[in-house]
Amino acid sequence: MSDTLPYATRFGSNSGQSTSRRDGVAKVTGAATFAADNHPQGLLYAVYVPATIARGRVTHLDVAAAKAHPGVVEVMTPQNRPALAGDPDSKPFMFAFRFEALQDDTVRYANQPIALVLGETIEAATEGARLLNPQYQVMPPRVGLDAEAPYKVVVGNFGRPGETVHGDVAAGHAAAVQSVDVTYETPAQYHNAMETHAVVASWDGDQLTLDMPHQAIVMSRGVFGYYFGIPAENVLLRSPYLGGGFGSKSIANGPQVLAILAARMTGRPVKLMLRRDQMFGPVGHRGATRQRLRIGIDEAGHMTVLEHEALAATSTFDDFVENAANASQGLYAAGALRSAHEGVRIDIGTPGPMRAPGEASGSAALECAMDEMAERAGLDPLEFRLRNYAETEPGTGKPYSSKALRACYAQGAERFGWAGRPLKPRQMRDEQGMLVGWGMGTALFPAPMFAAQARATLRPDGSGLVETAAADMGQGAWTALAQIAADGLGLPLDKVEFRSGSSDLPDGGIAGGSGHTATAGTALHAAGVDAVRQLTAMAVSDPASPLFGAGNASIVARDGRLFVAEDASRSDSYADILARAGGQALVGTGSGGRAPEAAGRHAMYSHGAVFAEVKVDPDLFQIRVTRLVGAFAAGRIINPKLANSQLYGGMIWGISFALHEEARFDPRTGRIMNADFAGYHIPVNADVKGLEVITVHEDDPFVNALGIKGVGEIGITGTVGAIGNAIWHATGTRIRRFPIRIEDLLAHA
Amino acid sequence: MSLSISLTVNGAVRDVTLNDARVTLLDLLRERLALPGTKKGCDRGQCGACTVLIDGRRINACLTLAATLDGAEVTTIEGLACGDMLHPVQAAFIDHDGFQCGYCTPGQIMSAVGLIAEGRAGTDPERIREGMSGNLCRCSAYHGITEAVLDATTRIAAEKARKSA
Amino acid sequence: MNLFDYTRPASVEAAIAAWVPGAAWLGGGTNLVDLMKTGAMQPGKLIDVTRLPGLDRIETLPDGSTRIGAMVRNADLAHDAGFARAFPMVAEALLSGASGQLRNAATVGGNLMQRTRCAYFADPHSACNRRTPGAGCDARGGDTGGMAVLGWSPACIATNPSDFCVALAALEATVEVQGTGGKREIAFADFHRLPGDTPEIETALQPGELILALRLPAEAAQFAANSRYLKLRERTSYAFALVSAAAALRLDGGRIVAARLALGAVAAKPWRVASAEALLVGQAPEPALFARAAAEAVAGAAPSGENAHKIELARRIAVRALTAAAQGTPDRMPALPASVFGEPAHV
Repeated sequence: MSDTLPYATRFGSNSGQSTSRRDGVAKVTGAATFAADNHPQGLLYAVYVPATIARGRVTHLDVAAAKAHPGVVEVMTPQNRPALAGDPDSKPFMFAFRFEALQDDTVRYANQPIALVLGETIEAATEGARLLNPQYQVMPPRVGLDAEAPYKVVVGNFGRPGETVHGDVAAGHAAAVQSVDVTYETPAQYHNAMETHAVVASWDGDQLTLDMPHQAIVMSRGVFGYYFGIPAENVLLRSPYLGGGFGSKSIANGPQVLAILAARMTGRPVKLMLRRDQMFGPVGHRGATRQRLRIGIDEAGHMTVLEHEALAATSTFDDFVENAANASQGLYAAGALRSAHEGVRIDIGTPGPMRAPGEASGSAALECAMDEMAERAGLDPLEFRLRNYAETEPGTGKPYSSKALRACYAQGAERFGWAGRPLKPRQMRDEQGMLVGWGMGTALFPAPMFAAQARATLRPDGSGLVETAAADMGQGAWTALAQIAADGLGLPLDKVEFRSGSSDLPDGGIAGGSGHTATAGTALHAAGVDAVRQLTAMAVSDPASPLFGAGNASIVARDGRLFVAEDASRSDSYADILARAGGQALVGTGSGGRAPEAAGRHAMYSHGAVFAEVKVDPDLFQIRVTRLVGAFAAGRIINPKLANSQLYGGMIWGISFALHEEARFDPRTGRIMNADFAGYHIPVNADVKGLEVITVHEDDPFVNALGIKGVGEIGITGTVGAIGNAIWHATGTRIRRFPIRIEDLLAHA
Repeated sequence: MSLSISLTVNGAVRDVTLNDARVTLLDLLRERLALPGTKKGCDRGQCGACTVLIDGRRINACLTLAATLDGAEVTTIEGLACGDMLHPVQAAFIDHDGFQCGYCTPGQIMSAVGLIAEGRAGTDPERIREGMSGNLCRCSAYHGITEAVLDATTRIAAEKARKSA
Repeated sequence: MNLFDYTRPASVEAAIAAWVPGAAWLGGGTNLVDLMKTGAMQPGKLIDVTRLPGLDRIETLPDGSTRIGAMVRNADLAHDAGFARAFPMVAEALLSGASGQLRNAATVGGNLMQRTRCAYFADPHSACNRRTPGAGCDARGGDTGGMAVLGWSPACIATNPSDFCVALAALEATVEVQGTGGKREIAFADFHRLPGDTPEIETALQPGELILALRLPAEAAQFAANSRYLKLRERTSYAFALVSAAAALRLDGGRIVAARLALGAVAAKPWRVASAEALLVGQAPEPALFARAAAEAVAGAAPSGENAHKIELARRIAVRALTAAAQGTPDRMPALPASVFGEPAHV
């Protein structure tokens, strides 16, 4: 297609603009409908009962007491739960995780569902759930990374190898003149999107309608079809807006499946919305890790070896392991590279992908270890990274499809004012006497593509309709994808209607892996180009058109008109062309995905450099990040305003990782004792100041036709390490566990 | 027990008979008055997503029992704009991209309206950050939120000055 | 949440008459409604006292004391210009607590009655002597990082979470209460109780007694020029204290002529140590003196779990609060009230 209609002549008229969110008015007026905002006639409220032990059996539920409560309609337990067609303990497809849907009375982790109560009101269902007052046979829970013997991960998440080795690791260690051997720990973290997992489920015979936030809208039809024994096409899932996802809304979970089952059982629509405390268990999390990093360097400060081993927690009944060690592949030009993973099975809900899964935890440890190596070598941390800059992908030797990391380092350092940073710690104070420290880290995230389909319709009036079931969880799909689609159709953005977020549309693929804009955008663009190609064929063969006989290759589309490329006086409007052809709409289709041979030729990543300034009270050790500058090269930026918001958001997740987030388990019960927003801290507004984002221009002809990588996750990577390193620089204390706490610094005072 | 209350919601008088004293203002709005713009994020006063104005003051609707509100004037996100004319805070949130997923946004905006009305933060970014710290945003749009509140504060002050001139 | 009756009496007398065992007073509801949602509190009756006449005033009495009606909202008190001028430390403590929204709803009377934030107390599935006498204490040996280091007992290691009360304790407030037996006054030092063997008895209130007002004596305003509340917390705002301190000094001719010092988040009540204050009086305000007083303030402290760090942090924040108080109360409320990042230079 691109050879007949060079997109470069049209691409960019909408893309590249900092258009405000097209869903902005709906979101600031309260008109944007999130799943739990739906209220069909006859609605029942469901509240699930969470297990308050981590291991054992439920021996009694006071169903009578619950049913006696006014307004309680039904109580679902393993005794009366209707059968599911698909086994929740099976893994029939790639994104299937095993989950608890009352298949028996076993408790495998705290907060798993052990019953579901249905009520006429939310108040009745909530109290009914409390009245069930479960009794248990308790077994001692296994808590923490040392609770069981670790096992070697052979095949990691989504088929990635558990261990990757490039070069001669032993020789790399032997060749080192200096080295570090350090171990870092990261805690269990929970996604905690502001919108908890919710569903409004309605059955009409064998037709199922779900209002449910979902990151993989069309794929979900087959998932729910499987569990409920109906064809995928019988499932309609509407997810126009997700109140955040971060990976947790891509996988089916027990509470939602039970609510759907309850709707079928009662013949009434059912609404379930997880309580905040219930977000800590059945809907995934970032598993805790312990990571050992061994780095060796030669006389010139070049890395002879980078060895990264990660132990990560997973559940007793599924396999997702935070693949943290993979963060060390692909970044630094070490002579030998090894990444290896082990898992440990404990009594927790299964971890899952959480914003920058693997990379976030891995980068945190790697970037701090790099800082320790630089310190030992007496090198500036940026200089140390530049000495080990990889011109081709380490290990594989593949060229990068694009890599403007050097420019990220330079522009970020310049903006931050990195030059002149004292090498030694505890050298800087502010006017109030606070310790000041500067640290940096490299950001890296792969630039994958998945698969998506799209449809583009040119309507008789010359306007466009584009359709794909994309998921907007805040990254801006409603806006950025429409910008791309408008370019594909050669229309201004206001002439394009975008339908999205519903499973009866073409498959927009999964919103994850920072690949959604690239994937769905490619499909939308291709669909538009296909429609314009058809329109062009009509025009050049229509004697009544000023374009008659011009030949496809010389036609360009712009602002709803086709032009002869060399003669702008010859043009024809979309509406006129379609009117003369009988006034029918014209439909184009497109798909997005990466050709395997393209993926094989190049290493594809987004890159960045993050510079942090922290202030630490010298006596009380309260920590505040006072400046954070991130420079990122992530291919073509479709909408700088929205992309910057993604990058800011990622960097603030980095603050959160470095300083705040941690689920604290009671080792005796296996329960999380800070499972709410008062106890599980994420940053508040006052924690965020002095943020700057720079996007470094990058043309990438290989990642996809549009040159798009992704910005959703890379902001966390680099940032955590930068903050940890800045705290060391401020205080002279190296804390090797996250989050870094006041008491950790005090202990070294 | 049955309780009758009369309250004004977004300018309209609503007579409500509650069959249940447990109903919070948040659930009243969302489940009984068809005003789901106000959001439930934690239901425990720990996130601010449910922020509304009662008699012009920002509060957490999740911790406010509806039964206590006889005679109160409630303003929610649905009642902020004048027809198609956005409130300056709403417009500023769009201009400065003060949100991503949009879920905490109604609460952020109502909180900002309340904060500006309190009149103590002014245009000091640090005071705005502190004043907006009762509203969590997991997408972490805090940078844009602060910019939006600053901008809206200025716009509202200018509008007041114009009106009084 | 359990079913309950709701009533909104029109007078204090009617409110007191409406009380029955198992009833609870409803003020702003910011703590009570929350605990009813977790099931930790299950009152059979809520008596809404927010509209009782006469309880929403801040007034100066003939004896020069300041009387604050129990239903004054935290935000209104903190932002009352006259009050904040006379008692800046109290205003700062109030503004460092919770969020703008919660401060608009929460009442000062309710603040005195707020329950511990111990997670084991809020969770009905954990054993808690404070919630269920004799049930045991699951907090001991559990997640103890934030628990008490002073005044705790084997029965309970919870802390009082209030910021406001720390400042009130330092300034020797009085609590006016009324019950079926009439009105009486309770000295602030006697209001909250240490757990001992009866952690379920948290305050000196008798069943059915209602807080009508707080009073700050006239001499409390004499600390206005040199008083600070400082709060150490894990994030910059909207977080409970890890430890906190209220310090108030009266200086005359380079000497301390009166001193108050109370610690927060270290015990089941605001922790005020007369012997630490006595050390300060008559001395010049100097770092070594503050260090001695702070050490005295935490004398006898002992970890109740993995929280020994709180002892040292409490000592350090006492030093800092005394130092900041000696430097003088800022002319304007800091942008980040009570935060170490909101205060003037300290070195």
